[in-house]
Amino acid sequence: MIYFDNSATTMPDGSVMETFLKAGTRFFANPSSLHTPGMEAERLIEKARAQIAGLIGAAPDEIIFTSGGTESNNLAVKGTAAFYKGRGRHIITTAFEHPSVYEAFLALEKDGFSVTFVRPDENGIVRVKDIEKAITDETIFVSVMHVNNETGAVQPVEEIGQMLQQYPGVSFHVDGVQGFGKVPLHLNKACVDLLSVSGHKFHGLNGTGFLYKRSGVNVLPLFSGGGQENGLRSGTENAAGIASLARAVRLLHNENPEKLRKITGTIREQLNTRNWAVVHTPIQAAPHILNFSVPGVKGEVLVHALEKEGIVVSTTSACSSKQNKPSRTLEAMNVSGEQAASAIRVSISRYNTMEEANQFIAALDRVVPVLAKKRNERK
Amino acid sequence: MKYDRILVRYGEISTKGRNRSKFTNKMKSNIKRLLADDQIQVEAQRDRMFIYLNGASFDDVKEKLVHVSGIQSFSPVVKTSQELDEVKAAALELVKKAMSGGTTFKVETRRADKTFPLDTHTLNHEIGGHVLRNTEQLTVDVRNPDLTLVVEVRKEAVYLSCETIAGAGGMPAGAAGKAVLLLSGGLDSPVAGYLMMKRGVEIEAVHFFSPPYTSERAKQKVIDLADALTKYGGQIRLHIVPFTSIQETIHKQVPENYTMTSTRRIMMRIADRIREQTGSLAIVTGESLGQVASQTMESMAAINDVTNTPVLRPLIASDKLDIMEIARKIGTHDISILPFEDCCTIFTPAAPKTRPKTEKVQYFESFLDFNPLIEQAVRDTETIMLPKKEAEIEDLL
Repeated sequence: MIYFDNSATTMPDGSVMETFLKAGTRFFANPSSLHTPGMEAERLIEKARAQIAGLIGAAPDEIIFTSGGTESNNLAVKGTAAFYKGRGRHIITTAFEHPSVYEAFLALEKDGFSVTFVRPDENGIVRVKDIEKAITDETIFVSVMHVNNETGAVQPVEEIGQMLQQYPGVSFHVDGVQGFGKVPLHLNKACVDLLSVSGHKFHGLNGTGFLYKRSGVNVLPLFSGGGQENGLRSGTENAAGIASLARAVRLLHNENPEKLRKITGTIREQLNTRNWAVVHTPIQAAPHILNFSVPGVKGEVLVHALEKEGIVVSTTSACSSKQNKPSRTLEAMNVSGEQAASAIRVSISRYNTMEEANQFIAALDRVVPVLAKKRNERK
Repeated sequence: MKYDRILVRYGEISTKGRNRSKFTNKMKSNIKRLLADDQIQVEAQRDRMFIYLNGASFDDVKEKLVHVSGIQSFSPVVKTSQELDEVKAAALELVKKAMSGGTTFKVETRRADKTFPLDTHTLNHEIGGHVLRNTEQLTVDVRNPDLTLVVEVRKEAVYLSCETIAGAGGMPAGAAGKAVLLLSGGLDSPVAGYLMMKRGVEIEAVHFFSPPYTSERAKQKVIDLADALTKYGGQIRLHIVPFTSIQETIHKQVPENYTMTSTRRIMMRIADRIREQTGSLAIVTGESLGQVASQTMESMAAINDVTNTPVLRPLIASDKLDIMEIARKIGTHDISILPFEDCCTIFTPAAPKTRPKTEKVQYFESFLDFNPLIEQAVRDTETIMLPKKEAEIEDLL
């Protein structure tokens, strides 16, 4: 199988899996317990926290372990809005966020917040000045994803963060789930207050992740309970998961993500020479995602046809593909309905090879003419 | 930009005469042990030290070097060929990195290679001109510049440096002999240890541990504190003394308002035994005059009564707030404030004597021979070498 759906979930790295197993067996005690096994589990977590903090240029107490991207995004969006609602009730995001941000904003809208969804340009990239234009005296929170999960478009979060420095009452959240370790992001240069990260996007395990929260920025917790994670995320810590996450972050840190661009670049070049393909991913994109359409062939049909060839890809994001709705991201980019319905996402990781890219192109060359012919016959 | 080497300037060591090499060699071995990297070479000369990076990252080394006592300041040095364009490009990059806003600068060229076709004046002019043309908000001030770009033309290469980073000052750790530090887990004792280390003292830390009254976490906290101190100069041996039976005995034997005084006296006697065993010359405490009942002048006299060994109290005249500020700076504050019971807080009487009388405490203790208990505690002391790698956890991560 050629696995090209790494933006949905990556395969866990063998040594990450090993850490999880060993840590789960050896450090199973409740980290809050007074006894020595409890203390050892707590120690494992604190070492993991310090390691991750060191690698991303943060302080250990700025890392809150969560169950992954969705929880981190919810904690950031709802937690910040709840904490600062006394200052104002206007919040800003983009029209192409992941559902865990987008839906959280819609929920807040129902709760009485006023929400602005800023639309991107035709490349799927939001303009800094459009964000700034949306700011009012009531604005308390801005959330912009670093890398779009469907097209790979890189958003100007550094420029947005610096622009927001003129608005000290506004907290800035970045959904870093797709961008983490793929596109460099300097927390201080980009003046990021909150950053969401999910382990299973970089060969960690599902159910692991963290929220970076700059010290001095406040959120209200989503969960009531035993007050773990400095009171911000109650629930017995997933010590084994946290240890495995620390390892996955370290392995990711040693990678050069630009290596991935050679592979997506080759696919892009090849597709550009085929008259049946339209590439949606802008040039200014993360190195691991390529989104394109074969107009006239439904994305779903192409996914299944490619699977028969032993190649796994996605239509849009995995989180919305089951709902059979056209991609919000492509729609926001003003891509036509027909093209959006035929969009395919290829997302690669460090385990993919150039050879696989060539096989993928060869498979498309076999499959697309057949599908196109069938469609013409139906007509 | 790739740095080739680091130029290290000595602080107080420069005031030393014929015994200077003793200090510079000590600092060299401290730095080598701290960096723990075989590719890095350290060369100690009489007036300066060079650290050859051989490909290692300057930022990583810098982070460790700022804590090394005995260093006044240090500068990363870039190496280029004698090609003037290459020198100019490196100069520009260095200045850009070091400048901020309206900065004044000057170029200072030394030409060790007299065969180099341009003289120092022309070189200053050429390099300075190039930097000025390619930067904004930079002006020349040869008298009192914010930045000095030093260019050294040698036969084999040209060396440039611009940035000067402040060192920790003080004397090389271990150059002034060894002392025993009473390390409690509170805010003061790690700071006292740090200050002594900065003056070149090697530390043997002693901690009194009273299970089951105090927990493993309390012990771990002290290990973490001692570990945090190792950043400031080499290794620390931490001696963990089992103290439960002595505390229970004192509790039975001595009137309640004198238990604290008596406990401190026994601690001092044990510390003195460990001092003997480790070849240390003094005992260091974090006492600060009047801070708590055991730190009044009367208490200190009654406690000090048990030994003739010099007891050094570097914080004796410091205010708590100043101590806390140092604790924050050296990274022990956040560990110290973790809320675990230590052996002092657990048996504390409701009203300890703030003005104990030495004769009285001597009298109370005279009914029992504490020596066997003390010897037993010293024998059962656990010694931990720091920095300690927690291999198991580190392997997992």
